Amino acid sequence: MAKIKIQKKDIWIDMTPMSDVMTLLLCFFMLTSTFLTPEPVSVTAPNSVSEVKIPEQDLLTILVTPEGKIYAGTENKNHMKTMMETMTDKFGVQLNANQQKHFLEDAMVGAPMAQLSTYLNLDTEKMTEAIQTLGLPLDSINGGKSEFQEWVTAARDANPDMKLAIKCDSKTPYATIKKLMSELQDMNENRFQLITNLDVKRLNN
Amino acid sequence: MAKKNLSKQKKMDTRVNFTPMVDMMMLLITFFMLCTTLAKPQAMQLTMPSNDQENLDEKDRQVTKASHTITLYLGADDKVWYVAGLPNYDDPSCVKQTTYGKDGIEKVLDEHTTEEGINPVAKIKLAKRELDAKKNEYNSKMTDEQYQEQLRKLKKGELPTGEKVPTLTVIIRPLDTATYENMVAALDEMLISNIDKYVIDNVDKMSDDDKALIEKAGVK
Repeated sequence: MAKIKIQKKDIWIDMTPMSDVMTLLLCFFMLTSTFLTPEPVSVTAPNSVSEVKIPEQDLLTILVTPEGKIYAGTENKNHMKTMMETMTDKFGVQLNANQQKHFLEDAMVGAPMAQLSTYLNLDTEKMTEAIQTLGLPLDSINGGKSEFQEWVTAARDANPDMKLAIKCDSKTPYATIKKLMSELQDMNENRFQLITNLDVKRLNN
Repeated sequence: MAKKNLSKQKKMDTRVNFTPMVDMMMLLITFFMLCTTLAKPQAMQLTMPSNDQENLDEKDRQVTKASHTITLYLGADDKVWYVAGLPNYDDPSCVKQTTYGKDGIEKVLDEHTTEEGINPVAKIKLAKRELDAKKNEYNSKMTDEQYQEQLRKLKKGELPTGEKVPTLTVIIRPLDTATYENMVAALDEMLISNIDKYVIDNVDKMSDDDKALIEKAGVK
């Protein structure tokens, strides 16, 4: 009689405390998280002992790959839209609704104006492949501003408080940076934030 | 019979099965953990001189003593050279090779003796260490503003003892063969040695004498 009773016993684990903890963890992650912005090309920033945090808003990130390709973008989609409108007006490029949607889905601008339309016509998967071979040209147009400079000007127009952050791969030759910084200096943009990783080993020494 | 049924309903178990909810939570947490960056990257402030030379007033140009100046040349393969004070254009041996890091540039800056016969970098570094200790000590009443104010004074060469030491000016000249990492490493040394006055110079705009000198010294 007693044996049968034991077998019939229901095995029920109380999940309530566990779900409590889970909810707490979930809340923590949701509140503290800033999403990774997908970059066209992944770069490794150099190490430094500087402990200055980069500002979260009003930041125009300029990405430089080891091959010297340059991309620029800001997290604020409204500013990106204004920049796009300024640039398409200036260069006389017409973008349809689908191309505009593709433009805003991208985290960064990397296509030269001449190829922008063709690039934005591609499928989303193909775009991520294609952008790695593109990059903003640094060559001056008829002795005037280069396309890269035009983009920075457009960003500055969209938001006068825009700060410039240069995220550059540690193996990039200095010649590329020199050209980039020289172009920015020509536009009287003399203050940059160089994005680096914290070098804890050196800091504690 | 009806009475019996009623009492049975009252005894019904009201526990809710939480397992699917926990499953879903787990999934969500995994998603958030994988898609987020908790550690924000650091940044380094850099202010470059304006390319617009005409706007530079005569009064903005500062003259520093030769013994207060060090020039760094950053070359290929993580090599680095330095010239302490004014270069002697007839003698390429004034360009000396060193390395990045603690035993290289940091040591050179530390041991640099000015014409007053002192090592300003080492003195300022010592004072900064004391300041940091004061700031971090238990029960420290120093506010962040006070700390920054003191740090600013230190970087100008005003020691807390009232002594005034000269500050160094460092000219960083990365050659085209250097990498971005080298430039950041050199800027890092400025931060470590509390040097406020440094400039990244364009090698293309160097004087012909300088160009000839580094070529003779084998800087590349």
